[in-house]
Amino acid sequence: MSIDVLLQQIVNGLVVGSVYALVALGYTMVYGILQLINFAHGEVVMIGALTALVLAKWLLGAGVPPMIALLLAILIAMAVCAAVGVLVERIAYRPLRNAPRLAPLITAIGVSIFLQQIAILVFGRNYFSFPELISKTPIEIGHITINMNEIVILITSVALMAGLLWLVHNTKIGTAMRATAENQKVAGLMGIDINKIIAITFAIGSALGAIAGVMVASNYGQAHYYMGFMLGLKAFTAAVMGGIGNLWGAMVGGLILGLVENVGLIFVRGDYKDIFAFVVLVAVLIFRPQGLIGERVAERA
Amino acid sequence: MSALLDVKQLEVAYGGIKAIKKIDFHVDEGELVTLIGANGAGKSSTLRALSGLIKPVGGTVTYKGQDITGIPSHALVGLGIALCPEGRGVFARLNVHENLLMGAYARNDKAQILREVDEIYTMIPRLKERTAQLAGTLSGGEQQMLAIGRAMLAQPKLLMLDEPSMGLAPLMVEKIFEIINLIAKRGTTILLIEQNAQLALENAHRGYVLESGEITLAGDAKTLLADPRVKAAYLGG
Ligand SMILES: Nc1ncnc2c1ncn2[C@@H]1O[C@H](COP(=O)(O)OP(=O)(O)OP(=O)(O)O)[C@@H](O)[C@H]1O
Ligand SMILES: [Mg+2]
Repeated sequence: MSIDVLLQQIVNGLVVGSVYALVALGYTMVYGILQLINFAHGEVVMIGALTALVLAKWLLGAGVPPMIALLLAILIAMAVCAAVGVLVERIAYRPLRNAPRLAPLITAIGVSIFLQQIAILVFGRNYFSFPELISKTPIEIGHITINMNEIVILITSVALMAGLLWLVHNTKIGTAMRATAENQKVAGLMGIDINKIIAITFAIGSALGAIAGVMVASNYGQAHYYMGFMLGLKAFTAAVMGGIGNLWGAMVGGLILGLVENVGLIFVRGDYKDIFAFVVLVAVLIFRPQGLIGERVAERA
Repeated sequence: MSALLDVKQLEVAYGGIKAIKKIDFHVDEGELVTLIGANGAGKSSTLRALSGLIKPVGGTVTYKGQDITGIPSHALVGLGIALCPEGRGVFARLNVHENLLMGAYARNDKAQILREVDEIYTMIPRLKERTAQLAGTLSGGEQQMLAIGRAMLAQPKLLMLDEPSMGLAPLMVEKIFEIINLIAKRGTTILLIEQNAQLALENAHRGYVLESGEITLAGDAKTLLADPRVKAAYLGG
């Protein structure tokens, strides 16, 4: 194995990993505040990708310049996904907030299937090709190849993650999110409307998911109603690996998962790529169930 | 003059079991009123019902002449009611400064909030030395000071305290009561829940004795302190 191959796979891994990280943030934010694994999050990402795709094609057809079409499509997809996330919480999860934990978990799986069916109704079962809005012409840097689309994915992801960390740690709303995650009752006593904070959490996580969806679709050049399943599962793995409930954990977990998968490709055939995510998940659950950065869950009794 | 807080026929139940059985009491503006009682008497249940944490099954709570029965807790803060909950309830993973700011969540006057945070630091210097420390790493007494300071940042007209002396060493209890007295002197009306009857009655204007969910004695704090029944049950003879 040459060092160039390794470096190339690291670059590829970082690109894919940063998308996993964005999706993982959605899982971890919701878990942090509700201790709920929102299995429907992968579907929200899929809806974001398909919405943006349809819009982008339509805008391009109407003669809108590619960059503006892309930006508009992403913004609208973010709004759509935020609305879907907020509605799902309001309709499916909120009534179960004090129910045994199995109930919302099963509901989440149900919502996931429901959203897939809605996507089939709205978009159909076809594979759509995602237009090349940002150039994918290979750029050679030394012996490594990268394209502008991948560079934009990397930079955007880093910016979004930095922005989220800033929001959560330096703003009033972010502090309220952390307070609510820690103790909803006391947060209420402070005057915090916890339902509003929870809705905002879903909205932010879903909007990030929409962007991640567009990134995946543009990276692989396609989107389909089923794309949220594997992506969601992997991002969930990343969140668990990093320590679910922990923002840094989701980011680190996503990047590591992307790296493991892509570096692993040097050793095995491409069809086995998806195995890595789950080998990693099982290993983490056995040896470090609280995740790489996570705290022990017992602490939040 | 009508009372600032008027509680009538309040009933609280968990499942079918009544924890509070039709109690009446009131707190006038500027007063420091204490509600004393043994473990399980229903003190915290009363406060939970007043602060919107649980819905009472009967009775009314009137504040400034307005019926506030069953209003959710986050909506009460804006009306001027703050609760310092049992067990302090500081946000362990937020630092001292962030905890204080959360107390002012319902407000938007940022400059004034920061001035009041400084006032809290002046009043409680121990907090100032620890602004960036995570609240979970504070001592029990410091956490109680933080919880009180945080509640004050809501600019409450009525401050309700649930057993601020719980689990603290005598010296720390003294400090906490100094702070409570200072707050009372500055004009905040206080409803104080205590198991430490001696201390509570020494500091309060009036008191109520709660036993198994019912108010059995009420009156002037000095009178209650001297009452043989109170002495026998709560003051060690
Ligand atoms: N969540 C609950 N579910 C069921 N019963 C409860 C609950 N909370 C309190 N109780 C019961 O209600 C009664 C009054 O409890 P409460 O906490 O109000 O007492 P307290 O006077 O505050 O006691 P302490 O001094 O120990 O804090 C007790 O018998 C208690 O067991
Ligand atoms: Mg109590």
